[in-house]
Amino acid sequence: MMGSWMDQGRRRFGRRAFFYAALALVLIVFIFPFFWMAFNSFKTHEKILEYPPAFVFAPTLDNFKNVLWQTPVLKFTWNSVVIAFGSLAVGMALGLPAAYGIARYGHRTLALGILVCRMIPGISFLVPWFIVFRALGLLDTYTGLVIAHLVITVPLITWIMIGFFEEVPVELEEAARIDGCSRAGVFLRIALPLVRPGLVSAAILALIFTWNSFLFPLILAGVKTKTLPVVVYSFMTFDYLDLGGVYAASTLVTLPVVILVLLVQRQFIRGLTLGGVKG
Amino acid sequence: MAHNGSGNDGEKGAAARRMPGEAPAAGGLGLWVDRHISWFFVLPAVFFLAAVLAFPIVYTAGLSLFRWSGAAATPPVWVGLGNFADVFAGDPGFRNSLFVTAYFTGVSLLVEVALGVGLAQLLNREFVGKGIARTLLILPVAGTPVALALVWRHMYNPSNGIFTWFAEILRLPPQRWLADSISVIPSLILFDVWQWTPLIMLITLAGLVSLPADIYEAAQIDGASPWQSFWRITLPLVRPTIVAAAMLRFMDSVKTFDQIYVTTQGGPGIASQTLNLYVFDQAFQYLHFGYASALLIVLFFVILAGNVMLASIRRGRE
Repeated sequence: MMGSWMDQGRRRFGRRAFFYAALALVLIVFIFPFFWMAFNSFKTHEKILEYPPAFVFAPTLDNFKNVLWQTPVLKFTWNSVVIAFGSLAVGMALGLPAAYGIARYGHRTLALGILVCRMIPGISFLVPWFIVFRALGLLDTYTGLVIAHLVITVPLITWIMIGFFEEVPVELEEAARIDGCSRAGVFLRIALPLVRPGLVSAAILALIFTWNSFLFPLILAGVKTKTLPVVVYSFMTFDYLDLGGVYAASTLVTLPVVILVLLVQRQFIRGLTLGGVKG
Repeated sequence: MAHNGSGNDGEKGAAARRMPGEAPAAGGLGLWVDRHISWFFVLPAVFFLAAVLAFPIVYTAGLSLFRWSGAAATPPVWVGLGNFADVFAGDPGFRNSLFVTAYFTGVSLLVEVALGVGLAQLLNREFVGKGIARTLLILPVAGTPVALALVWRHMYNPSNGIFTWFAEILRLPPQRWLADSISVIPSLILFDVWQWTPLIMLITLAGLVSLPADIYEAAQIDGASPWQSFWRITLPLVRPTIVAAAMLRFMDSVKTFDQIYVTTQGGPGIASQTLNLYVFDQAFQYLHFGYASALLIVLFFVILAGNVMLASIRRGRE
């Protein structure tokens, strides 16, 4: 009796140990490239090129100093911020009423259109837009880039918010109607405040995906409106000799995203799963 | 048109009960707007779709019938269905990119779904630090693809990348990773699997959490092994969730651009040139806008076909 109890305990402990070992392995695999990115950004160019890879070295901040003060990275950061928040704001203005309309009044065709929008590769918008933007003088402008990124934010926001609006109890809205609230008023004063948690999820996802976007600014932005990912990429092509700069710039563009995800992990994960289950 | 359903009931009642001070601003107009409000909700998005979806589709379809270098000075030349004839009559670049896309998307999708479901199963229990583990695992999905691609590109460097060193430690034959036309796609798949398995895991995990616990207790009483209850209970129950995740991943996988463009630009040669990159090159490298438009139409149907196939898997066995 005693023996089997101890056996069981030992087996449970063994299973537990196995689980934590597997978990640790998985975590190391998925975190390693981030670690390596940050780690190498404190090495000199020569140290980065060393083989076998150096694990012990005198860390330096020169890469960050060079990137921040020798190149106009701060200006490009500002571009990224403007375009991310611009397309978030316009995306909300277009996507929220649409999501509400689909959830409450069942506009299925619109929902399908939004889904198709989500399906098509960015390159398919890019060819016609490039031609039209060039004709309208929208290349290399904030306006043009915000319009382009709506292709990311509007479907994302709409798709996530449909689920949240569907969960708002109809009784609440009906009660407000009886109290003399207009339908638009119901949307603004009853439904919107109730879906605030969803708004946070949608906003975070929209910000991160526009911040990360590369293809649109690669073609539609120029010297004035270039965003960070395009700049980080150009470090690789023109300044390949400075791998330290490449690593520092990569770290700088990724850091805000990582911090944001760590801060609002719950909302971020809910947004991702909702978009997934719905999609 | 289901929106009409709730349109009129209670309308007059509400209007009659409205206090004088709370009447809508413009009387008749306000009421008219309110009655058709569902259209006002969706109107902005409809304009948006017309601008970003309908217009590009029509424009692309039109342009696909011309040959045009994109220069404002030289007008497009009408070629009818010539571009499509070229696409299908044996453009080797197109055939190659179709193969590369199928290879890259097919294998990474399979691996990601298998690994993602496995990881979800691993994490679907209570343990210390669960929240932190989940957050750390999801970072590859959120990280800036260009930055991650630059890191992976250097990790794959045949002469001083850390993967080269790992291979040496494990006594594998020397690898040239992205620099070799045989190993380039598997290397890109590994990168893609690293980046996107967490998403499949997360979505599957959300599905697993919602499964009722009492089925498992019943199965255990009936003598089912954990392995059996995974195959016979868990998998059938979460299959809709998994297929939804796979569809989402398929849509994005075919669209993959940043990661491949930054690491290989479709090379070496055209060994990793997906349809997406091929269109990009045709349009913005060679300025064959008409031909690129024809390719886009084809690409659209490829994606549509893939989604229909995945959707039929979901429906097929239900």
